[in-house]
Amino acid sequence: MADDAATEVLPSRREEATEALTRLQAELGDAPNGAIVEHADAFGDVVVRVRRDAWREVAQVCKERLGFDYLCFIAGIDWMPTPLVAEEGSGDTSTPAQPKEQTYGVAGSDGRYQLFAIVESTRRKSWRLILKTDLPDDDLHADSWVAVYPGADWHEREAWEMYGFVFDGHPSLRHLYLPSEFEGHPLRKDYPLLAREVKPWPGLVDVEPMPGVAGDDETPAVEASTSDGGETA
Amino acid sequence: MTTTDLPQPGELPEIAVDPAAFGHLAGAQVNVELDTGDMVLNIGPQHPATHGTLRLVVRLDGERVVAADPIIGYMHRGYEKLTEYRTYPQITTLINRIDWLSSFANEVPFIAAAEQLMGIEAPPRAQYQRTILTELSRIATFLLFLGEMGLQVGAITPAFYGFRDREYVLNLIEAVTGGRFHPNFNRIGGIKDDLPWGWISECRGVMNKVLTSCDEFDDLVAGNPIFQKRTRSIGIIPQELGAAYGVSGSNLRASGVDWDLRRDGPKYLVYDELDWQVWTHPDGDSFSRYWVRLQETRESARMVLQLLDQMPSGPLMAKVPRIIKVPEGEVFVNTENPLGEMGYYVISKGATGPFRTKIRSASFSNVSILPWMLRGVYVPDIVTILASLYFILGDIDR
Amino acid sequence: MLAIQIGWGTTLAIKTVIVLAIVPLTALILGYVFLLKMMSHMQSRLGPMDPGGFHGWYQLIGDGIKFLQKEDIMPGEADRRVFALAPAIVVLSTFLVFVVVPAGPRITVASLDSHPFARGSFDGVGVFYALAVSSLSVIGVLMAGWASSNKYALLGALRAAAQLIAYELPLVLAVVGVVIQTGTMSLQGIVFFQQHGSLFGWSGVGFPLILTQFVGFALFMVAAQAELTQPPFDMPVAESELVAGYMVEYTGFRFLFFFIGEFGTAFAFAALAATLFLGGWSVPWVHGTAADFLGPVVLFAKVMFVAFLMFWARFTYPRFREDQLQAIAWKWLIPIALANILVTALLKVAF
Repeated sequence: MADDAATEVLPSRREEATEALTRLQAELGDAPNGAIVEHADAFGDVVVRVRRDAWREVAQVCKERLGFDYLCFIAGIDWMPTPLVAEEGSGDTSTPAQPKEQTYGVAGSDGRYQLFAIVESTRRKSWRLILKTDLPDDDLHADSWVAVYPGADWHEREAWEMYGFVFDGHPSLRHLYLPSEFEGHPLRKDYPLLAREVKPWPGLVDVEPMPGVAGDDETPAVEASTSDGGETA
Repeated sequence: MTTTDLPQPGELPEIAVDPAAFGHLAGAQVNVELDTGDMVLNIGPQHPATHGTLRLVVRLDGERVVAADPIIGYMHRGYEKLTEYRTYPQITTLINRIDWLSSFANEVPFIAAAEQLMGIEAPPRAQYQRTILTELSRIATFLLFLGEMGLQVGAITPAFYGFRDREYVLNLIEAVTGGRFHPNFNRIGGIKDDLPWGWISECRGVMNKVLTSCDEFDDLVAGNPIFQKRTRSIGIIPQELGAAYGVSGSNLRASGVDWDLRRDGPKYLVYDELDWQVWTHPDGDSFSRYWVRLQETRESARMVLQLLDQMPSGPLMAKVPRIIKVPEGEVFVNTENPLGEMGYYVISKGATGPFRTKIRSASFSNVSILPWMLRGVYVPDIVTILASLYFILGDIDR
Repeated sequence: MLAIQIGWGTTLAIKTVIVLAIVPLTALILGYVFLLKMMSHMQSRLGPMDPGGFHGWYQLIGDGIKFLQKEDIMPGEADRRVFALAPAIVVLSTFLVFVVVPAGPRITVASLDSHPFARGSFDGVGVFYALAVSSLSVIGVLMAGWASSNKYALLGALRAAAQLIAYELPLVLAVVGVVIQTGTMSLQGIVFFQQHGSLFGWSGVGFPLILTQFVGFALFMVAAQAELTQPPFDMPVAESELVAGYMVEYTGFRFLFFFIGEFGTAFAFAALAATLFLGGWSVPWVHGTAADFLGPVVLFAKVMFVAFLMFWARFTYPRFREDQLQAIAWKWLIPIALANILVTALLKVAF
């Protein structure tokens, strides 16, 4: 993790984050009786992983007791390693080389799928909370947040469409971006990026030098450069 | 009627929001085949009023809307999937095109996220230039808004004034970055090039022109009694509901919520070194959204003038390796883009590209409030509301 | 007028040709000068500059030819005969209004007086006829909207019908004040009244009725703007919502008819306003045969001035919503018009 001197997480923001976490712990309690499984810090933001069956309760606590009135977004993460990427050190520049092992991010994870959301407060300006919950592979269900944050409607539709998470209590879980006959859940890692399947990326192509610079097809290889060390004229 | 007689907060009607009463969302899907009685009107996806390929299926009772269902996705390009297969500089080029009117501003949060993960900070001169270009994008976007909202309401002329004034700003952006619309100018650690010679004085001239034309818009459009009749009390967003839906930016400030990420969020550019103010309006209707953006345009012009005066000299790029590998970690950076709050949640696993990027775009949340807001309005008011929310389809669909 | 004996058949033929030629010509002139050039200059741009070389004067003629050579598309579900007939009816009402507007003391197509050219016997009903005939276009609009079998067109047509009918009343009532003051319904009679009136005791200067009927003039202009479905009253044709409203399914020469109808009617209403309020073809101190030659020119100039006002309002204001529009007509314009009539009648009796 980077040190604070370079990325300037102000002390006041740290205090605010700590206070938010403390109050959340006071309301929810730690697992196995309470809801909070793990918490961590991500560059000054509090990341809290909660139990799946407490997902809606967490939302209610945040909105009504702690004053997080603003829903930033709800989305999903698929921790399976990205398939079909280039090998490290092979010289293949078609895709970045991602690690092959399945590792988890901040605040850990129990499995492949995670649902996460960010809520903010418009009144206590520095308060921001990142909430995560694990969804088991065979039972991708979670409670819907629509009754608490009405804006969750579209976010949950998108999460269902892209990952296949089913939200219990959502009024109409249907496609948002994709046509209604679409099959599959595109943002899952095992759903291929079709453009790359159809036509492989050529990678880094030879680049011709700019006209007028030494080495191009027309001017002879003399000192033709008029640039003054990087400053644009 | 001038823009200064605003109603006092006590004069606004109380709108009680009952969280249990969202059964209307269940009926939000308009079943086109089985409908009888009311008329189902399909607005879009090709329509002058919808700012792009947005499709609104509305059920009408005469001229009143009974239910409305926005259907999006005509411009879905799969950005989040694409970012899993791209390096950071490649993604910078891609995300320019999310909100194509203020494209420089889209790059800033992503670059800031990558810089935070790497633990580097762009030098002050680069930060100043980033701020100037972001504010110029904001002015360009808002000038377009000021013009075309008049057009949507029926006045043809303001649109031309808006475009004309926007040309000056776009010329400025082009002089620096080489691109009017898609500058692709940010690099991890700084920006690509310095300002050209003579740009600063020209920028000052253009900002003064922008301030004059804002006065023109104030007179011609905001002060026009017909415009006020068409926009006052139309499309009111209550504070609590707006925040719960995730409505952000000028839309939320026009409902009286004093929240601006440039001032209240974590520090990302040099806004704390400037002397500026946040504009809010208590009404929450379409007119207040117009008014707030008008004031913010003026404020941005003044901010640019201050930035030009205060700009330090120095390097433009921090020391970064040639092949950029961002260390493992997760970070969320959100910024005040012209359309609202835009954020990037970047999950990195130490490679040259991110593992997962969640792009939180402003217009997505702004438009999600439409089914609630369009109930009971007249058909012409639909257009006014769409125009006042000011969304860009690329921002909704990504 | 000429010393040659022409039979009534030839006269009728000549007059028909003149009217048929003049209407598109005026539509063209109005469209070019105001819509293309004046609007552009007000919006700080130039407008067409290339066609024809000198400031693009050829633009609309070229547009007309372009429209004529387009494919004639009719929607599959459309009611064919009604669809084809609708533009004809709209243009018909324009032609009929031109028939009765005088361009000189002895130049009218049909002045509807029992003894034309005989001074002092203006017993015709030109005003009544003109107002009645100009409202025929409502039928054409409704036909166009319904026959298009398109929801947008239908919405536009219904809005148009409501609007046009609502604004008939202020239009008519505004003119009633003029009729009371002049004592005649004949347009030629009204112009003669204005020509032979005296201004502050100077005789021969003429007395344009706008000086006393300014309220009527204002009402007439507002109502005419609404009758033409021009901004700020262009809900039926709201471009950003209904994309041309009731005309949306029309292409090619049918759309050209609507276009000619719109600008021709603008010219017709401007001509009516100029005749009723500004003195028509009359110029101070010019009588007799000289007025026959000068009359049309003067009338044209006055019409252009009135049209300038109409188009100026068109480019400046956003549009009213349908219910606000109706509220203005019924709650404001009609009471003011009635008050105007009352005051005019009282003053006429008193003086």
